[in-house]
Amino acid sequence: MRDVSVIGVGLTKFGELWDKSFRNLISEAGAKAIIDSGISGKEIDALYVGSMSAGRFVGQEHVGALVADASGFAHMNIPAIRVEAADASGALAFRQGYFSVASGMNDVVVIGGVEKMTDVVGGEATDTLATGLDQEWEAFFGGTLASTYAMIATRHMHNFGTTKKQLAQVAEKNHSNGAKNPYAQFKRAMPLESILNAPIEAYPLGMLDCAPVSDGASALILCATDKAKKYTKEPIKIIGTGQGSDSLALHGRKDLCTFQSTVKAAERAYKQAGIKPRDINVAEVHDCYTIAEILAIEDLGFVKKGEGGKAIDKKITTLDGKIPTNPSGGLKAKGHPVGATGVAQIAEIVMQLRGKAEQRQVKDAKIGLAHNVGGAGASCIVNILEAI
Amino acid sequence: MVDGAVPRFWREIPQRYNLEGNQCGSCKKIYFPPRESCPICRRKSMKNMDPIKLSGKGKVVTYTIVHTAPEKFEGQVPYPMAIIQLEEGPRITAQLVDVELDKVKIGMKVEKTFRKIQQDGHIGAIYYGYKFKPERG
Amino acid sequence: MKNVGIVSYGAHIPRLRIKTEEIAKAWGKDPVSISKGLGIIEKSVPSPDQDVATISVEAARAALARCNIDPQDIGAIYVGSESHPYAVKPTGTIVGEAIGATPILMVADYEFACKAGTAAIQTCMALVKSNMVKYGMAIGADTSQAAPGDALEYAASAGGGAFIIGSKNVIAEINETCSYTTDTPDFWRREGKKYPAHGGRFTGTPAYFKHVMSNAKNLMDAVKTKPEDYNYAIFHQPNGKFPVRVAKMLGFTPEQVKQGLLCPMVGNTYSGATMIGLASVLDVAQPGDRVFLTSYGSGAGSDAFDITITDKIKNLARKKELLISYFLENKEYVDYANYAKYRDLLYYD
Repeated sequence: MRDVSVIGVGLTKFGELWDKSFRNLISEAGAKAIIDSGISGKEIDALYVGSMSAGRFVGQEHVGALVADASGFAHMNIPAIRVEAADASGALAFRQGYFSVASGMNDVVVIGGVEKMTDVVGGEATDTLATGLDQEWEAFFGGTLASTYAMIATRHMHNFGTTKKQLAQVAEKNHSNGAKNPYAQFKRAMPLESILNAPIEAYPLGMLDCAPVSDGASALILCATDKAKKYTKEPIKIIGTGQGSDSLALHGRKDLCTFQSTVKAAERAYKQAGIKPRDINVAEVHDCYTIAEILAIEDLGFVKKGEGGKAIDKKITTLDGKIPTNPSGGLKAKGHPVGATGVAQIAEIVMQLRGKAEQRQVKDAKIGLAHNVGGAGASCIVNILEAI
Repeated sequence: MVDGAVPRFWREIPQRYNLEGNQCGSCKKIYFPPRESCPICRRKSMKNMDPIKLSGKGKVVTYTIVHTAPEKFEGQVPYPMAIIQLEEGPRITAQLVDVELDKVKIGMKVEKTFRKIQQDGHIGAIYYGYKFKPERG
Repeated sequence: MKNVGIVSYGAHIPRLRIKTEEIAKAWGKDPVSISKGLGIIEKSVPSPDQDVATISVEAARAALARCNIDPQDIGAIYVGSESHPYAVKPTGTIVGEAIGATPILMVADYEFACKAGTAAIQTCMALVKSNMVKYGMAIGADTSQAAPGDALEYAASAGGGAFIIGSKNVIAEINETCSYTTDTPDFWRREGKKYPAHGGRFTGTPAYFKHVMSNAKNLMDAVKTKPEDYNYAIFHQPNGKFPVRVAKMLGFTPEQVKQGLLCPMVGNTYSGATMIGLASVLDVAQPGDRVFLTSYGSGAGSDAFDITITDKIKNLARKKELLISYFLENKEYVDYANYAKYRDLLYYD
């Protein structure tokens, strides 16, 4: 297996983008990535795109072909692959694209992630997100993605004494970071009081503990590292990738407060990269709900199980902390167009490792990690990158 | 127009009405919902799984109070959802009923009850199944 | 002649209640005179996830929890109601599946206003007497509708009772039953309409009183009894006043009527009314007690039963949580706003 690097990134703004369609979003992100990489469109060997539920959000399946077409590649007849792992579709598309280059099958691939969530009315978006849960045994009985994560929070508070205030501090930190991110959906910091007093979604999670519904797209260009220098002065190497799965329903897990899918995905990625959790300088983790970030920093090995809440109090995960987490603002402040998220997280890591993250730059970031989860932890993909 | 998902729901009546799971003939572990084979015994359990009706008694291991509900449940908010450990071993997700919201606790004993879960508008079918209430007696 | 009677029974009343005065206040009426005039203090309210199917299943399961009958030995189930969840698709099959009585089973749903449940009892008696089934289950349950602001709103409530009829291990022998039926349109609901209509004062003398009085007298003539021969008397209870008045007119005392009179605390559960009244009596009855029951259904008709409690009632488990008193004690109040939300939600699109 040969080395693969990221040579280009592209992002649209995230938000309620009424003027932009599904096709507008992905072609904008794709064009930016191609220009950033220095390649010519003709050099693309294949396209991998992650989109959770274009079928329900915009009535469209056959998304691989659509994206290739919308991006102007129809006449090139390239292989176009759409992958799905609920909210982890983006990172999965990246991982599949990475394998195709690492194996030697392709030299240059485009990775896309896109979701257009505001063409449907709110309730339909909630129900569609719930398709990442167990439809027959969780959603059927009245469960939502929020209620499922809320049950994790209740148990985490019971087992470890985590508090609602600690959860709110995660959101506060992420909004403070997001205020520095020109692509973010929410461009203002949010005071802790507003977060704590927000209306309840599913106890103990309030409205401001939850990532928003968003539109957006992101794209990356991957290239074999030995060919990358032809195109860019700052290729960022992929040094590890790992994936894990677990029972679809939360009630099937061994431990309600651990995502084994994350633990295993991270183990596998660290092993391939030959590093330990403490070697990570910056991380983008899947904070679909504030409790999810607390779980993530535990399951990724940054802190011990149960210490996630205390870590927030000790400010370990702020921009200038020991392990800066979600410098982009995370899903919470940056926005969460589900299929795009996994790709956008990696785009942020690449910008951090290139030193191009402007006001939210983490000092001396050399190794970065992106963590993307599907549903309530039934899938997880962890990717690790390094500045060359 | 009805959503016509009737066969999908009909197929699960033994589970939803009567908590019918199955038991591995080899290691005797009990599963709900029933599985094609036991993940532990694998091949040894194929065609060797026996149906078993669960008692419906269990304990709450975690819960939440839902305020923003899926469309079909909007009229019922706020309602408690819980993960319940049934006495035979399996865990399930269900709504709690007949209990004041501030009395829901991890560890509380519950038993099954028969309720309407959802309906397909005014024209489609009604789907019944299990919810859980505090154990009586 | 074969002994036929009740082998086991169960009831279910939803937990929520609304006070008469709460409804009266919503409509600008004097709460005290309404509740005094009707003899109803509060009534049961079904939550949005309860209907006649769920109430029938709970009552049926309670009946089975009291005895050792194998549900596969139940040969017939009849559910009587005027608020079946479907106009077409039986409630009885839902109950049959939920108690494990399917597939060798006769089922049909009944409707005869408030006496559909007692009609089901009569059918089960005939099936048992003729050896067509070993056990039959008769259920009467309702989540009665009433137009907001209508007089019926104070009484229309939810609840149901299930009776397993058989000839072995009978706890209450049904010595005799008779019915009195005419075409008297005192109260009705047209197909497709949400709320019933009624004839106002016409529902009294020519309807309720005529049918109940005539039928009660016919039954006592047939079995050669007088009111004082009975320990308990149960009458259909559209409000707290009619059953007490008809009892007096027939020669029964308030003490005989008290145990089976649930309307003041629960409202009128329509097809469930005399069923849960009988369940309340069976909760306390002793061997040798004699029970008189007369139901009434608008349209109009009455079913009457002469019942003797056997000593097998001592074998029946009187678990606290299955008794009517448990339902009367364990309740939660709602205000008119929530009541309106819950009742309308049955029709939410």
